[in-house]
Amino acid sequence: MSLSTQQLSVGYHQKAIVKHIDLNLPEGKIIALLGPNGCGKSTLLKALARLLTPMQGEVQWQGKALHKIPSKQLARQIALLPQTQPIPEGIKVKDLVAYGRSPYTGFWGRTNQADQEIIHQVMQETGISELAEQLVSELSGGQRQRVWLAMTLAQDTPYLLLDEPTTYMDLNHQVELMHLLRRLNQQGKTIITVLHDINQAARYCDHLIVMKEGHIIQQGLPTDVLTRELLKSVFSLEAQIHQDPIAKTPMCVVE
Amino acid sequence: MKLVSYFFILSLITLFLVIANLLFGAVSVPLDSIVDAFWDHTNPNHFTIHEYRFPRIIIALLVGAMMALAGALVQGVIRNPLASPDILGVSHGAGLAAVIYMTFFPDAAIEWLPLVALLGSFLAAIILWRLCGQHSTTVKLAITGVALAALYASCVDFLMLVKPLEINNALLWLTGSLWGRGWTQLSLLLPWLVLIPAALWLAKPLNLIHLGDEHATSLGTHTNTVRLAALAIAVGLTASCVAICGPIGFLGLVAPHLTRKLVGGRHQALLPATMLVGAILLLLADLAARTIDPPIELPAGIMTAIIGAPYFLWLLLRSK
Repeated sequence: MSLSTQQLSVGYHQKAIVKHIDLNLPEGKIIALLGPNGCGKSTLLKALARLLTPMQGEVQWQGKALHKIPSKQLARQIALLPQTQPIPEGIKVKDLVAYGRSPYTGFWGRTNQADQEIIHQVMQETGISELAEQLVSELSGGQRQRVWLAMTLAQDTPYLLLDEPTTYMDLNHQVELMHLLRRLNQQGKTIITVLHDINQAARYCDHLIVMKEGHIIQQGLPTDVLTRELLKSVFSLEAQIHQDPIAKTPMCVVE
Repeated sequence: MKLVSYFFILSLITLFLVIANLLFGAVSVPLDSIVDAFWDHTNPNHFTIHEYRFPRIIIALLVGAMMALAGALVQGVIRNPLASPDILGVSHGAGLAAVIYMTFFPDAAIEWLPLVALLGSFLAAIILWRLCGQHSTTVKLAITGVALAALYASCVDFLMLVKPLEINNALLWLTGSLWGRGWTQLSLLLPWLVLIPAALWLAKPLNLIHLGDEHATSLGTHTNTVRLAALAIAVGLTASCVAICGPIGFLGLVAPHLTRKLVGGRHQALLPATMLVGAILLLLADLAARTIDPPIELPAGIMTAIIGAPYFLWLLLRSK
């Protein structure tokens, strides 16, 4: 239980969106945060990445409140890929990926041999090696998303947080990304991702956390969590649960 | 083109302009006698070179570099090419404070001028901040800033009408000119040079702020601290320049923007390069201002405005 929350309430403009959540995020797993729009899943993710300050309670990293940990040190433990990315002007792909090494470099941001190797490796993993010299602003949306992912991976953290990473991607890239997350998980990373697609979550994730109106309704293995009753009560959806013929994971089919 | 070659070429242009500024003016000094004229008191051009042109060139170099650097810091923090200290009214705030000081304390020491200007520019920055709030759009910031700058300028005009005698001094200074600036003004500028390494120290966090607050925080940056530090340094740079030369318009806007097109957006390259570009622009403006119709001099600020104002309009129209 490296990352956990104690009675966490967090939101915007004094209005709590996530309410009194106690949560242990199991280490070494791919964890999906699911729920209808406005349920607080993205807000919870942002609080885990210390982008939002808790109104009550706290997020803890190895038993210590996040805000008590030096930010550079924390940046070597937890990386986040936000939902939307800006389009930086005049920045080359290789430079942007190198920014991911910031928590490790000195004041001038100079990268050493080891940094360069990691940058090279994550660019290969995300399939953007041949884009290295191009400007980020000149890429297509899908390419850009992979560049941002590469930057986040260059941060080389045991925890990787992603906010709806597949939303703006073509289907083939979505599948590629989920496979990449699997590989990263096998290398030892804990991955926490907000997902829109329940079937995608059930197929690729080990642990599902389902939220509604700021509370956690259900969590556990996909086979245990995905039930008719849950889909009805959380998503107001009449659906049947079948077994995915290939992955043997649960799959919901809308009636 | 390689980054190194850009720096080499920019340095070469700077050097070329320094020499041109030494040679040309109301009196032309031959190239082979420049060194002699600087050191030898009996040389007929000694006064022109040593007392007049040389310190003025150094001031132009430093002021150009510092104003451009201030512009790059503000653009980096606000993430918009439209922002710069003069667009945001910070320069004119410094100018107004200095004019008030000179009007009501005509006998006071010139040494205090930079600090008075600093006070004025900080006040201008705070007023803008209070009016716009933290989350306002850059266009709103720019428009409010331009309006405030006009207000400060009209306050100066008002003072000139009411106190025509006292303001004579101020008037010479206000147009954004390098005329008559010598060793005294140069010595006033020197302590402020410590702000340059302070600004360069922020290159790395400014890169990350450029990626948006979510990425910057996640990568371990204290975004608010960096923003505040960068703006404070920019205000200090602007105030010290305005205290010496008066508000020289558009330099802080145009120089960083041009530089970004040349060397890209990495601040480790952008900040040093924009200082060279700023120095080049001001040296060029002052050379033109002195040589168009000698011995009459135009203020360099007018030359920068002639180029800068259309550039600003073009940027404004292009940004949707």
